[in-house]
Amino acid sequence: MRRPSASRVRTHHAVSPWLFLLPGLAVVATFSLYPFLTTVHKAFTDARTLTPGTWVGTANFRAMLDDEQFWTALRNSALYVALVVPFTVLLPLLLALLVHKQLPGVAFFRSAFYTPVVASVVVVALIWGWMLDDRGLVNALLHTLGAGPVGFLGNAWLLLLSAMALTVWKGLGYYMVIYLAALANVPRELHEAAAVDGAGALRRFVSVTVPAVRSTMVLVGALSSVAAFKVFSEVYLLAGPTGGPAGQDTTLVMLVQRTGTGLNGRVGYASALSLVIFVIALLLMLLVLRADRKEDL
Amino acid sequence: MRRTPAWEKTLRYLLMLAVLAVTVGPFLWQLSTSFKGTTEDIYTSPPRFLPEHPTLHNYREVARIIPVWDYALNSLKVAAASVVTNLVGASMAGYALARLRFRGRKAAGIAFVMALLVPLESIVIAQFTMVRDLHLNNTLVAVALPGAVGALNVLLMRNAFAAVPREIEEAAVIDGATAWQRFLRIGLPSVRGTLAVVAIFAFMGAWDDFLWPLIVLSDSDRFTLTVGLDYLHGTFTQNPRLVAAGTVIAVAPLVVMFACLQRYFFRGAGEGAVKG
Repeated sequence: MRRPSASRVRTHHAVSPWLFLLPGLAVVATFSLYPFLTTVHKAFTDARTLTPGTWVGTANFRAMLDDEQFWTALRNSALYVALVVPFTVLLPLLLALLVHKQLPGVAFFRSAFYTPVVASVVVVALIWGWMLDDRGLVNALLHTLGAGPVGFLGNAWLLLLSAMALTVWKGLGYYMVIYLAALANVPRELHEAAAVDGAGALRRFVSVTVPAVRSTMVLVGALSSVAAFKVFSEVYLLAGPTGGPAGQDTTLVMLVQRTGTGLNGRVGYASALSLVIFVIALLLMLLVLRADRKEDL
Repeated sequence: MRRTPAWEKTLRYLLMLAVLAVTVGPFLWQLSTSFKGTTEDIYTSPPRFLPEHPTLHNYREVARIIPVWDYALNSLKVAAASVVTNLVGASMAGYALARLRFRGRKAAGIAFVMALLVPLESIVIAQFTMVRDLHLNNTLVAVALPGAVGALNVLLMRNAFAAVPREIEEAAVIDGATAWQRFLRIGLPSVRGTLAVVAIFAFMGAWDDFLWPLIVLSDSDRFTLTVGLDYLHGTFTQNPRLVAAGTVIAVAPLVVMFACLQRYFFRGAGEGAVKG
């Protein structure tokens, strides 16, 4: 219930809210909303880097259907979602459960696990590139065990899988923090009651923890699906600007960057690609978030 | 409360050590590589984890090949600007959305949510065209501008302000404090944790950003550290020691900063982040 006193007193000038909002709204409108509108517009033109272009209707979208690179990129981005998301939903939850319990030194582990998040994707990609090198750490360890060498960075599929592993690894700490915040709201009594009833650890995980953090799992699933679909840096850095052997590892955003930039960049076509990415990402998010609601009924 | 049995404690510590090896190990391996001299074999199997004769040679060499300290300074400028603009812009907007009543508040809130939904990756080309039309391409200002006030930070601040009890503020209203005074004296001191989170996110986001500076910057003397590292890697792939030294330069400041601020971070992340 609101107290009537404050609402009767004049709390501020009519313009002051807008002065408060001015910097934020200006930046967001100029650098997110306006570029989005121009992207939608350019998607229907044949604009190039230095020419504004003319209206071409849906020609860019029709061109996509015949563009082999587009289908390769779409396949890679879709595979990225399918293979990365299950791990980014589950592993960070297990990690959060591991560091949730107050034990001496646990705060150190918690922040140490966050290190890959803090580091730039460029840094971690270079580190992984060196570790996965034909003569790098991983192959040296494999050799010691009498296996390998595995050419992680020479084969298009292994490259893509390595980039996925890198994405999962880098996201562990980030999603762990989200889960920790959710776990803080799970009543302790639930767990203890289940323990008293003789439920084992696995049983308690499935029937107490998972239902309690399910909406967070869905949120993490939505966030990581969209992020995975828009993957750029990991693949660009591990596979190189051209996207690995014969461009087989190109993702959608890499294709946008490659076609849309440079002196003669096909801005119109790149904008159409961007629009496709936006629509698919949005659908993906709605789909995942919807899955949550349906189960609630 | 249930006491943790000894075997469970042991298991937990063992698991945490294993995860530590996986998450932090690669960074230590890189650190070790960066200290290994030109004559030391870095390809031994089994791998040698400690350098035989630790040397700073690779760091001097990186600085000779690329102006790595200038790049670091460029990154620092962008990151510092981003922290300031995000703290100011996001806290002001968040305060208005959470605490002031006015027509159009809902619409303003929706504008930020929509901005959050527009993936940066799908508008970089349009952003670049715009920045070029403003003759700002190839400048650090252009690198900093799009992230100057993050929509997510505005929403984080809004949630944090909304969680502050109203009573104190209502008393201040009756005492005649203006909106600005209430924001500065009552609002901001109550949301320090979230301010720390926003500052850390802004610094990390700017320092680590790659795609946008890669597109905006074309002159190699204006590169930020991430773009410079990519360039170093492209040119000197054959010498992992040099790349290792470069990456250590790029990651060390962040790790130190995060280690100092992690207390506020984990507290603040619980305070505002997921309450939305």
